[in-house]
Amino acid sequence: MQAWTDLILIAIVLTNLALSGLGSLGTCIHVMALQGVLLGLVTVGVQQGAVSLHGLVLVTGTVVIKGFVFPKLLRRAIREANIRQEVEPFVGFSSSLLIGTLSLPLAMWLSSRLPPIDPGVPSLLVPVSLHAIFVGLLLIVSRRKAVTQVLGYLALENGIFVFGVGLARQATLLVEMGILLDVFVAVFVMGIAIFHISREFDHIDTDQLSLLKE
Amino acid sequence: MLAALFFVPVLAGLAAFVIRSHPVRRSVLLAAAVAHTALTVRVWLRPPASPVFDGLLHLDELGMLFLGITSLLFLAAAIYGVGYLRRENPEPRQDFEEGLLFVNAPEGIFTGCLLLFLAMMTLVCLSGHFGLTWVGVEATTLASAPLIYFHRHTRSLEATWKYLLICSVGIALALLGIFIACIAATDANGATIPLLTAELVRRASSLNQVWLKIGFVFLLVGYGTKMGLAPLHTWLPDAHSESPSVVSALLSGALLNCAFLSILRMHQVLVAAGCGAFGQDLLVLLGLISMGVAAIFIIGQQDFKRLLAYSSVEHVGILALGVGLGGVGVYGSMLHAVNHSMTKAMLFLVAGNILAAYGTKSCMQVRGVLSVLPISAVLWLAGFLAVTGSPPFGMFLSELTILKAALDQGHILAAVLYLVFLGMIFVGMASVFLGMAQGESSLPEDTRTPRETVLSILSPAVLGLIVLVLGLWIPAPVQNLLQQAAKALGGF
Repeated sequence: MQAWTDLILIAIVLTNLALSGLGSLGTCIHVMALQGVLLGLVTVGVQQGAVSLHGLVLVTGTVVIKGFVFPKLLRRAIREANIRQEVEPFVGFSSSLLIGTLSLPLAMWLSSRLPPIDPGVPSLLVPVSLHAIFVGLLLIVSRRKAVTQVLGYLALENGIFVFGVGLARQATLLVEMGILLDVFVAVFVMGIAIFHISREFDHIDTDQLSLLKE
Repeated sequence: MLAALFFVPVLAGLAAFVIRSHPVRRSVLLAAAVAHTALTVRVWLRPPASPVFDGLLHLDELGMLFLGITSLLFLAAAIYGVGYLRRENPEPRQDFEEGLLFVNAPEGIFTGCLLLFLAMMTLVCLSGHFGLTWVGVEATTLASAPLIYFHRHTRSLEATWKYLLICSVGIALALLGIFIACIAATDANGATIPLLTAELVRRASSLNQVWLKIGFVFLLVGYGTKMGLAPLHTWLPDAHSESPSVVSALLSGALLNCAFLSILRMHQVLVAAGCGAFGQDLLVLLGLISMGVAAIFIIGQQDFKRLLAYSSVEHVGILALGVGLGGVGVYGSMLHAVNHSMTKAMLFLVAGNILAAYGTKSCMQVRGVLSVLPISAVLWLAGFLAVTGSPPFGMFLSELTILKAALDQGHILAAVLYLVFLGMIFVGMASVFLGMAQGESSLPEDTRTPRETVLSILSPAVLGLIVLVLGLWIPAPVQNLLQQAAKALGGF
């Protein structure tokens, strides 16, 4: 079980590296969907074989929302807002891939500095989640389009989710579903905002959103 | 009873989305606001004996204080809001800054989101569980984003996008902080303490202090973004200045407090675990930075709604500073939260009246409010005195208490900076407020029709009166509540 969980965690790192280097918006969304399904599998992995109703609901909810609903919402936002398929970064693809890769050893080093945690938790879990958080922040600050910023937010959220399922076991089902619902509504509202931005400005480049400043 | 406080606005909000008649929908808004305040008074007079839903909803003194502020402000905003919605023109009209045409969002969406916003703030005040608090805080962001984009023009859209993204990312970091607190609550054998505030405080001695501190840092950064503490405040001036005034009043008066409350909950655990000093130092630092940043941007500010927004950054700084200083400062901070909410909401509502009459947010183009809108101008000047902490208004008392705390604790540098920033802000605001009120009216003679209605004056006048009374005499039940809340945070 442990070996499987490690494999899935490594797959999540790969999806994050892909996100930091890919140039096509459509492919990024596919990768994001894949990451959502992988997250569901991590949830199964860390429960160490014990099947509970609570776990089942959480896994199903995660896979359905992160793996299928979000990609659908994002694709619809792209279609309705008539957005071109390129990512348009401020930082070039190779350099952002480089930053994404270098943040992996940084995440490893940081997690080795943290106080010890429960030995039952896979050792890769904390570095992988920190790496996902770094990549999420990178995508938010280095991409021009509003849609890619939402992708960054999702990568960040997924990183925190990995951290949570592995280490925070006392959350109640109601609260976990509440968190999932909140993220869902957040993406939904952001999708609507993107639609309005494209209609008002004829583009969704957030660097042009600069009317309000001192 | 606690569940009713949450579900009344939820149901009313959902109803508002589908009701088509304007008068009926506005009555629903008013009725829900009155019902919410009535329920709040009821739980204040007779507190529910035990927490409900396994402790998920748990009303203590701290929650009661902030629930009271939220409920009262919403009632004031609802009364003002009915008048505001009546005078809003649903036809496309010209934006006064860029000259482009824009329309309003449908009123049903506005009213519905307003009520859901109230429900989510109520949830934050009532929540006894850290996870549920997070759900509530994030939901307030989502419910209030459409409110900021009520006037559908490019500037409000930009403000909405910044608000959504910056706050969502910030709050996501707070979630990480909560998960880290989960680790702190797990002992070596894998046994866990549930993340209920009451449980964590009771069993604080068995928490892992290192993890708890790391968790607090993330939580402070996350909710601090939402609260508007500098340097995480960048969304705040945009969102507060571009949203309709009635929404700005709620954002500034009620929402910032809810984020503050969420930080205080963790601080409460930190104090109980014996590492309160760590959290206090961080709060003092962020508090002083916020006041300094606000002072810099207030001096020479050209837009009176942005001015009020930066003043909110200043006051959340004072709130953080008071709790950070500890001792009597915590009580000062609680009193300041009440005073600031009332004063800032009043000022934003009056700013809405001025904006409606003059059609500009530039302080240079607004002259002679005293002759055009006499009652609003008096309230505007009273609000200026109140918000800068002049006697006899309530803020004088709370700011003085926090100063005393700084001197008591030997934080001489903090006390000096505090006074310097307050002085700078007083001068910066005085030039704008006095200039706007006095002088020859900048409006053409023929447009000077009577513009002040009962609905547009009543709420700000009552809020102003409350701040005035709080400066002269604090009623015993309120005093008791403030002291209990301060005691829960390790102060007095």
